[in-house]
Amino acid sequence: MISVLVENVSKIYSRRPRQFLHSAVSGWLRRGHRELFHALKNVSFQLGEGESLALIGPNGAGKSTLLSVVAGLSWPEEGTVEVYGRMAAVLELGSGFHPDLTGAENVRMNAALLGLSRRKTNELFDRMVDFSGIGDFIEQPLRTYSMGMTMRLAFSVAIHVEPEILLIDEVLAAGDQAFQARCMDRMLALKREGRAILCASHVASTLRRICHRALWLDHGRVVRQGPLEEVLAAYEEASSAPAAG
Amino acid sequence: MRVSGNYWFLLSSLILRDFRVRYRNMSLGVFWSLLNPLVMMGVLTFIFTKVLRSDDHPNFHVFVLCGLIPFNFFALGWVSGTISIVANASLVKRVMFPREMVPISTVLANGLHLLIQIGLLLAVALVSGYTVNRWWALLPLVFALEVAFVCGLSLASAAFDVYFRDIRYVVESANMLLFWLVPIFYSFTVIPPKFHFLYQYNPVAAVVLACRNILLEAKAPPESLLVKLAAVSLAVLLAGLWIFSRLRRRFADYL
Repeated sequence: MISVLVENVSKIYSRRPRQFLHSAVSGWLRRGHRELFHALKNVSFQLGEGESLALIGPNGAGKSTLLSVVAGLSWPEEGTVEVYGRMAAVLELGSGFHPDLTGAENVRMNAALLGLSRRKTNELFDRMVDFSGIGDFIEQPLRTYSMGMTMRLAFSVAIHVEPEILLIDEVLAAGDQAFQARCMDRMLALKREGRAILCASHVASTLRRICHRALWLDHGRVVRQGPLEEVLAAYEEASSAPAAG
Repeated sequence: MRVSGNYWFLLSSLILRDFRVRYRNMSLGVFWSLLNPLVMMGVLTFIFTKVLRSDDHPNFHVFVLCGLIPFNFFALGWVSGTISIVANASLVKRVMFPREMVPISTVLANGLHLLIQIGLLLAVALVSGYTVNRWWALLPLVFALEVAFVCGLSLASAAFDVYFRDIRYVVESANMLLFWLVPIFYSFTVIPPKFHFLYQYNPVAAVVLACRNILLEAKAPPESLLVKLAAVSLAVLLAGLWIFSRLRRRFADYL
């Protein structure tokens, strides 16, 4: 069963910001030369049930853009994205969290945003809070939390909504060792349960434990796609080669 | 996928969040909802009964409050609805959920204030000697139509505001103009008949007129007024939903 199918996706930005009327007018007058920027160009891949795919590549390669296109947050100008199953995305530290609300209020808000019902949220609430290890701080406003605590809370909610497809962008790097270990266990468990995982990271050791395939992006294009070790080796070789690209 | 019960949980969570965030760091809290219309009522009553003496309505303070409360909700709801998508950029960019919920929940959070203020209006009317009549039953319908109207306007303006951040200033200016063009401190009868359509087709003015019919004159608002109010409000709501759905695809690129 296929969980995510991405075919010939391109994401194109016009480089010129059109915030102001005068630039819109001058842009219209010179509309011949619109400078286009391809954040993604002709990207295709598929992710099956129980599969986990690593996204690798340098900063600005298009990993985050690809994740937000798959999440349905951003629309591709070309190509199609098909998603089968409930998806949860952890794309940024504590996105959707409000600093003035308490940890507990934020957990419930985030669960609602991720599509849980009131009953399901009540049912899972204790487990989410326990997993985060926030303890008594859960009744404190979020602005009193450290970065690591915020991240732990966000991650706890995301993995407890029982997603069929999990998208993760670089967020595992934040928490402490113990929490990272627990996250890893939980992700491996999700993988065993047959959930699909799409994970962008620069940490090869993390990727080696979770993913078995990799997609190497550079300048929005797929450089190579295949078994994790092969792609990682090629990527590491290319990155260490002096001024190759 | 989501079921309708989950939608309601999400919507009520967003409304509650708005409400909590606004009042958490205030000492007077909901009291502000009451203070603002009372102060405005006092000032306008002073000016129009003591300084200008233009209106001889026996209970001018109730008369003016009937205008202020629907207008206040309209003005605040529309402005906060307009900026809601940009103000919640991190949510809209990073979490997948029905984006319509953002302006709608913002307007409905203002609707909670409207409820409190309607309570105030009814209390002031009763204290001033008016009595409950059967047409009061129409008030929920009249105000629900105004809420629908503001939701529709906000959906459209919030979507445009993502692309052109000047929209919020357009909305603020429009509100200033409408303060004069809605019959807040003057009555419908002083308006020349050739301009009547301007007021009947403006849902905010229509709500004000209907409120006065019900509360001050103890009679049903003219059927034609209610029909126009319902038609314009629901049309604006549908148009707003349609415009929003056309513009939401590129939100993430502009936030």
